[in-house]
Amino acid sequence: MTYEAVIGLEVHVQLKTETKLFCGCRNEFGAEPNSHLCPVCLGLPGALPVPNEEAVIQTILTGLMLGSTIPPRAKFDRKNYFYPDMPKNYQISQYDQPLCLGGGVTLPVLSFPKDAQKEAQALANKKVRLVRIHLEEDVGKSFHLESCSGIDFNRAGTPLMEIVTEADLTTPEEAFALLTTLREILRYGKVSDVDMEKGQLRCDVNISVRLAGTEAFGTKREIKNLNSISAVRRSLKHEIQSQIELVSSGGAVVQQTLRWDDARGETIPMRTKEQAHDYRYFPDPDLLPIYTEGRLREEAARRVPELPEEKKSRLAETYGLSEYQASVLASGPPLADYFEQAARSSRNPVAVANLTLNDYLALRQDSPEPVSVPPEYLGELADLVSDGRLNSRQGREVLAILIQTPRPPKEIARERGLAQISDTQALEAFCREAISASPKSVADYKAGKAAAINALKGFVMKKTRGQANPQRIHELLELLLREP
Amino acid sequence: MSFAFSTIRELRKQLLAKEVHPTELIESLLDQISSVDPKVKAYIHLHPERALEAAKKADISLPLGGVPIAVKDLISVRGEPCTCASRILEGYIAPYDATVIERLRSAGAILLGRTNMDEFAMGSSTENSAWGMTHNPWDLSRVPGGSSGGSAAAVAAHEAIAALGSDTGGSIRQPAAFCGCVGLKPTYGRVSRYGLTAFASSLDQIGPLTKTVADAALLLESIAGADPRDNTCDPEPAPSFSAKLGEEIRGMTLGIPKEYFVSGIDPEVEAATKQAISHLEGLGATLREISLPHTAYSVASYYLVATAEASANLARFDGMRYGRRAKDCDDLLETYGRTREEGFGREVKRRILLGTYALSCGYYDAYYLRAQKVRMRIRQDFLAAFRHCQAIVTPTSPTPAFRLGERAEDPLQMYLADIFTIAVNLAGLCAISLPCGFTQSGLPIGLQIIGPMRQEETILQVGHAYEQSTDWHTLRPSLS
Amino acid sequence: MAKRAFPLLPETGAFRYGYFVPTVAIDVAYVAELARFRLSPEEIETFGSQLEQVLAYVKKLEEVEVREVALIGEEESFQNRLRPDRPLPELTRSEVLENAPQKADGLFLVPRILE
Repeated sequence: MTYEAVIGLEVHVQLKTETKLFCGCRNEFGAEPNSHLCPVCLGLPGALPVPNEEAVIQTILTGLMLGSTIPPRAKFDRKNYFYPDMPKNYQISQYDQPLCLGGGVTLPVLSFPKDAQKEAQALANKKVRLVRIHLEEDVGKSFHLESCSGIDFNRAGTPLMEIVTEADLTTPEEAFALLTTLREILRYGKVSDVDMEKGQLRCDVNISVRLAGTEAFGTKREIKNLNSISAVRRSLKHEIQSQIELVSSGGAVVQQTLRWDDARGETIPMRTKEQAHDYRYFPDPDLLPIYTEGRLREEAARRVPELPEEKKSRLAETYGLSEYQASVLASGPPLADYFEQAARSSRNPVAVANLTLNDYLALRQDSPEPVSVPPEYLGELADLVSDGRLNSRQGREVLAILIQTPRPPKEIARERGLAQISDTQALEAFCREAISASPKSVADYKAGKAAAINALKGFVMKKTRGQANPQRIHELLELLLREP
Repeated sequence: MSFAFSTIRELRKQLLAKEVHPTELIESLLDQISSVDPKVKAYIHLHPERALEAAKKADISLPLGGVPIAVKDLISVRGEPCTCASRILEGYIAPYDATVIERLRSAGAILLGRTNMDEFAMGSSTENSAWGMTHNPWDLSRVPGGSSGGSAAAVAAHEAIAALGSDTGGSIRQPAAFCGCVGLKPTYGRVSRYGLTAFASSLDQIGPLTKTVADAALLLESIAGADPRDNTCDPEPAPSFSAKLGEEIRGMTLGIPKEYFVSGIDPEVEAATKQAISHLEGLGATLREISLPHTAYSVASYYLVATAEASANLARFDGMRYGRRAKDCDDLLETYGRTREEGFGREVKRRILLGTYALSCGYYDAYYLRAQKVRMRIRQDFLAAFRHCQAIVTPTSPTPAFRLGERAEDPLQMYLADIFTIAVNLAGLCAISLPCGFTQSGLPIGLQIIGPMRQEETILQVGHAYEQSTDWHTLRPSLS
Repeated sequence: MAKRAFPLLPETGAFRYGYFVPTVAIDVAYVAELARFRLSPEEIETFGSQLEQVLAYVKKLEEVEVREVALIGEEESFQNRLRPDRPLPELTRSEVLENAPQKADGLFLVPRILE
């Protein structure tokens, strides 16, 4: 008997705003503990929330990028439960009227883990449906100390977007692909940096298993608070395995909330007492409903970027790139924009792509203090190489200098004497000079000593300080020597 | 000579004419407080030094320049306690000013002290205070009403020139009626709630308690108006509430709701109200019987909506970030449980329980949602009624002040003290209570004038016309 | 002062004289647990019967026809009131921590949170 897993994700993403969701305190990671607070986000008596327009726009924008419907009216609700990291002991969230409904994400092959890209499921361009996207406030951070816990409320009240998928996923690799794809789209829309280190993406996963081919869902378990894409994959692998083992040996899965111990590679039941999820949601009377039509929707629509998949196919088509090249260049809009600007100032976009992917990225990474190279320079350099005026080794040399002090590549090549002289007119002059300066070699050559040409070549190379294109000189000399 | 018995308007004239210095004024009030407050117990914190300091620097040219104002203990004042008459906020010092406090300060008012109340504004008698009960200045064995009982008693006993209170279901108007002063509940959204400790967010409003209608208009002018910190605050600028004072009410139609005059209302209250209504007719108003058919459901709707909101609003009081935390607890759950057990009084617990229940799994539709829908019906009743009249006149409370302790453990009976005031909050309207007579035993009776949303000028105009042609507001309690 | 059975609320007299049998049972202990406060057995008893009376009273709301009442669309205005994304003054760290019942190293200390 084979089993299959049924997986649904709740993805929490921190939005990239200046200030918190309901007050004007800074939304800043890594500040001194408890340094970005006011009566509102500290839950003091009498303080009132006022929604941040930017957070609402970013959520609608996300919905537009993911094909969601944006209902004309959304509202905020209070979700009631006690927890020391939550200042009001209720979280302002959205219950039955979220900002976005539905939508979906298509999983491109290259979004799967590298070791799984050849598998059939990865090739299908599967679409994962979304249930909804809503906006809520984040909670503070707790630190577990010796005999008590310490709380930093800086994060409390920062805007958090929750993207809920249907249980459309069946493997850990699909979950991985979904998160990778989402991350790219969110970065494209500039709604979040999705920096895992900073906890900007956190994920709850629901998993159940059932006999392959059956319809009914098994009992699900939830793993909470996974904070990296790879942890999602690892924990799902583990959990699916253990559920299958349990079920196939005649046991039953018990509904449970788990947390993932990444170091030990196992799930652990959470000890917090579950209050049967009696959250007593009700509309927050401190907040007016949000009407999305008009300015909010228009502003969000204005910001919808070309999406990663669109960009990939356009780059491949417009510039004649391979799927892989297009995909790597489109991994972030800044890189893709850079490439496009460089490509526009060049005659050979494929050469620009090669230079960018093979040399530019690596050199920047290795350089201690790289500066931005104007894209025209990169385009120019690509032309120098593809026209044969620099060989590829010389090209890299110029690029290394460009990254330190950006100047026109031709100038650098000239100063460094790096220019490969392929110009026929210039080379012809040198070649004629060589012929007239070495009558003996000419005579030898004409007498059938083919190797005598090397002396002439040596003369030209010496005159051009090694920059002449050797291939070209050879051709030219042969031509000239055949002259009557 | 004492200045404690004056109104804001009288004092402003004297201050501008330099017949009195703000310092003398504060001293007069402190004298009056030290002579009567031991009996009345209207204040829970006093700041004499700070008030005298502020009086020295007072800018008389400002609209409330040099005028001392008392503030109910649930409004945040930077650097002062804000206990809401609850043990759970013992030790808490507010680090910020409520919007109304900022506005009082910039209008030149002087903050003198904080008045007693029912804990978290939950009550109609000021008996539910962790710091002891306040007594009615007209009969010390009776309640001052509530929840703004301290503010009303302070004004009635001339321990304050004027005060701020808050009104969720009648908490300004009912104590004003019991104590024989003027109390105004503004239209929902008229005054910013920023800095007002929330009881029921969709019902709460801050408003003035004063000796005269004109003073209520003046104080409201200083505190009302748009505030970007309160999402529910009306973005329209507040008008001049004093503009229509002194205008005749001839030709105005006043609605008299038949559902408010049924048997069971105290006969003396009924008689005084009817007499006041005839008096208004005598001033040229046309009377018209109207119907508010859902009146009988307002208390039920109110107690579900208000307690549900309160159950969430009061969740933040847990001893984690501020206030009092129970000692020697073994774990987090015990700390929550005992902090809230020891910190909250019985009425607060009762209401949190009711509200929690009304929202809990499986009951939301039957209780909270239905109550909100009934609330909409009540609102529609008023909208329909105001097509036929400019204001509605009713008693403020079905009874005069009751005895201390009389209803303490009879919550339902206590809730009925608000029966005539609650619908106004549910519908978001404005209303004023002003004195319209006394019982034979000398207890004040209040008249309520209800106006449509944003029509404070109208109810102030009617109230002022009534007040200026009667002398109930000039009587003083003997306090013996 | 004599207590009155209020005619607007005909049942209330019955409550007081004790011949009304409440039909609503409320699990006070569960609700108190949700609301995070401890109650003594005496309080569970007293609050239970008081709340049952109130709940029996609010059942009268069922008499009102509300099928056609819409809560949505009744708003005063369809204008959004949102805040521009600009920083506003914050409290100082000492103001933030001033009221903390227990604190150390700039953190609020609370009883140990179990995961």
